[in-house]
Amino acid sequence: MISTILIIGGGQAGAQAIDTLRREGFAGRLVLIGDEPELPYQRPPLSKKYLSGEMAADRLPFRHRAFYDEHRVELKLGKRAVRLDAAARQVTLADGENLTYDRLLLCLGAESRRLNCPGATLPGVHYLRGLIDVPPIQAGLKPQARIVIIGGGYIGLEAAATARKMGCEVTVLEMADRLMNRVVAPSVSRYFAEEHRAHGVNIICDTRVVHLAGQGRIERVVCADGGSHAADLVIVGVGAIATTELASAAGLACDNGIVVDEYCRTGDAAIYAAGDCTNHPSLHFGRRVRLESVDNAFEQAKAAALNLMDRSVAHDRVPWFWSDQFDNKLLIVGLSQDHDGQVLRGDPASRSFSVCYLKGRELLAVEAVNHSKDYMAARKLIADRTLLNVDKLADSAIALKEAI
Amino acid sequence: MPKIVFTEPGGGRREIEAPLGITLMEAARQHGVQGVVAQCGGACACATCHVYVDPAWLARLEPREEMEEAMLETAWEPRDNSRLSCQIHITADLDGMPVTVPQRQGQG
Ligand SMILES: Cc1cc2nc3c(=O)[nH]c(=O)nc-3n(C[C@H](O)[C@H](O)[C@H](O)COP(=O)(O)OP(=O)(O)OC[C@H]3O[C@@H](n4cnc5c(N)ncnc54)[C@H](O)[C@@H]3O)c2cc1C
Ligand code: FES
Repeated sequence: MISTILIIGGGQAGAQAIDTLRREGFAGRLVLIGDEPELPYQRPPLSKKYLSGEMAADRLPFRHRAFYDEHRVELKLGKRAVRLDAAARQVTLADGENLTYDRLLLCLGAESRRLNCPGATLPGVHYLRGLIDVPPIQAGLKPQARIVIIGGGYIGLEAAATARKMGCEVTVLEMADRLMNRVVAPSVSRYFAEEHRAHGVNIICDTRVVHLAGQGRIERVVCADGGSHAADLVIVGVGAIATTELASAAGLACDNGIVVDEYCRTGDAAIYAAGDCTNHPSLHFGRRVRLESVDNAFEQAKAAALNLMDRSVAHDRVPWFWSDQFDNKLLIVGLSQDHDGQVLRGDPASRSFSVCYLKGRELLAVEAVNHSKDYMAARKLIADRTLLNVDKLADSAIALKEAI
Repeated sequence: MPKIVFTEPGGGRREIEAPLGITLMEAARQHGVQGVVAQCGGACACATCHVYVDPAWLARLEPREEMEEAMLETAWEPRDNSRLSCQIHITADLDGMPVTVPQRQGQG
C-alpha cells in the first residue's frame, strides 16, 4: 500500500503534483519538502511584472496556505533535503530530520549556470532564479543606473526590457551571433533585437565576456574583443543546469537531468521525477529532451502524480512556452530540431507574424510573435500530426487552421 | 470584498472572496476552485482559465481584447459568454457574479 508520498521541491512541478494527487484521490500522508521558505510560487513574473514592482508578492503563490491545510499537505518549507537513501526509502533534511516514504517524487528544478571568469563573484553581480534573488536586483534598478545583462536568452531579455522600462541604461551582451539563438529562428531573433534597440536597449552580439572588473564591487564588464562596459549592476542569464546532486548521490542515473521514462519513473521503482530537473522522452518527437518551461513542469508533474498512484499514464504532450518582452508576446509550441522546411507567415514589420517548421508536410513547431491565433491553431495541428498544404501555409491571409 | 459564485465542473458551488486589484483567475486559483487550471498564470498564453460568465453580468466587464479573442477561439466549447478569467480584474461591481467553470480546459 502507498501510505506516504514525499515530494522534494516546492516549485511549479511540486505544487502541481500535490494538486493532482489530492484531486485524483490520494488519501495518504502527503509531505512537501522545499528549501525556499515561501509557499510554492510562479517564477515567470520574477523577470517581468514582479521585478518591475507592478505585481505584489501576494500574487505569486499558486495557492493560499489554507488550500494546503484543507488538503492535508504537510509543508516543510525552508528545509533542504540533503541525503536520499534509496535502499532505506529515507530522506534526510538539513536539520537532521529523517522521513521515510513509500513513493518519492523529485521536483528539484534547475539552477542558474554560474560564470567563472575573474570577478564573477563581485558584489553587484546577480542571477535570477528565485524570489530571494529579486530584492538586491530591484534595489539597483534605478533611473539611469547602468545595467549590463550577460546572456541574450529569454530571461536576460525579459530582465532587460523590465530594467529599461524602469529607466535604466541597459546593455545586453550575447556570445552567439544572435539573440535567443537556441530557441528561435533568425527572423525572430532579428525582430526582438530591433524591438529592444527601438526601446533604447544596447544589444551587442558576438561578444564574449572575459572579466568582471571593479574595486570591491562591479564597475565594468570586459569582453574578449576589448569592449568594456560600465556597470552599476550585472544580471547573468547564461542558462540553467538541472539540479541533480541528491539523485546522483543516491545512485540514480543522471545525464543532463535525472533520467526518467515516459511514466516519470527513475531506475528505482519507488522514485519518480518531474519538471526542469528531468531528462525525459518526448513521445511525440521521438527523442529525449530536458525542458525548462511552466508547461512541461505542469504536465509532467500531473502525469507523475497519476503514476505515483499506479495509474499508468504516459507524459505525452507537445511542449509550449511563452516570453513577454516590452509589449511583445513570443509563443512557441513544438520542437523544431528535426525540421526540413521553414515558412514565414506574415510580415515582421507588421509586428505580428509566425515561423512554421515543417518536416515534409507535418508541422513540428511554430514560433508566433504577437500572433495567438497561429499559436493556438498550431498546438492542435502539431498534436494531431495534421498534414498541411504548404502553399496555403505561406499565405498569411489564410488562417493557419485552414492551411490543410 | 466582492464575492464570486463559482459552479465547478462537478456541479459544486463555491463562493469565494475576491480581493480588489487581482484577477478573477488569481482569486479562483488561490482558493483552488476546481477546473480553473490557469497554467500560464495570466500571461494569456494557455487558455486554461476559461470560464462562462453569467450573461447578465457581461456588460460590467471590460470587453475581450484581440489576444483573448484569439485564445478563446480554440478553447474547449467556447460560447458567447466565454472569458479568460485571467483577463478579468476584480472590481466592486462584480460582487455576487455567478461564474461557471467548463467541464474541460484546453483544446476540444
Ligand atoms: C525568471 C524566470 C522567468 C521564467 N519565465 C518563464 C516563462 O515566461 N514561461 C515559461 O514557460 N517558463 C518560464 N520560466 C521557467 C519556469 O519557471 C520553470 O520551468 C519552472 O519553474 C520549473 O518548475 P520546477 O518545479 O521543475 O522547478 P522549480 O520551479 O525551479 O522548483 C524547484 C524547487 O525545488 C527546490 N529544491 C531543489 N533542491 C532541493 C532540495 N534538495 N531540497 C529541498 N528543495 C529543493 C528549489 O529550491 C525550488 O524551489 C521562468 C523561470 C525563471 C527563473
Ligand atoms: S491563465 Fe493562461 S490564459 Fe489565462
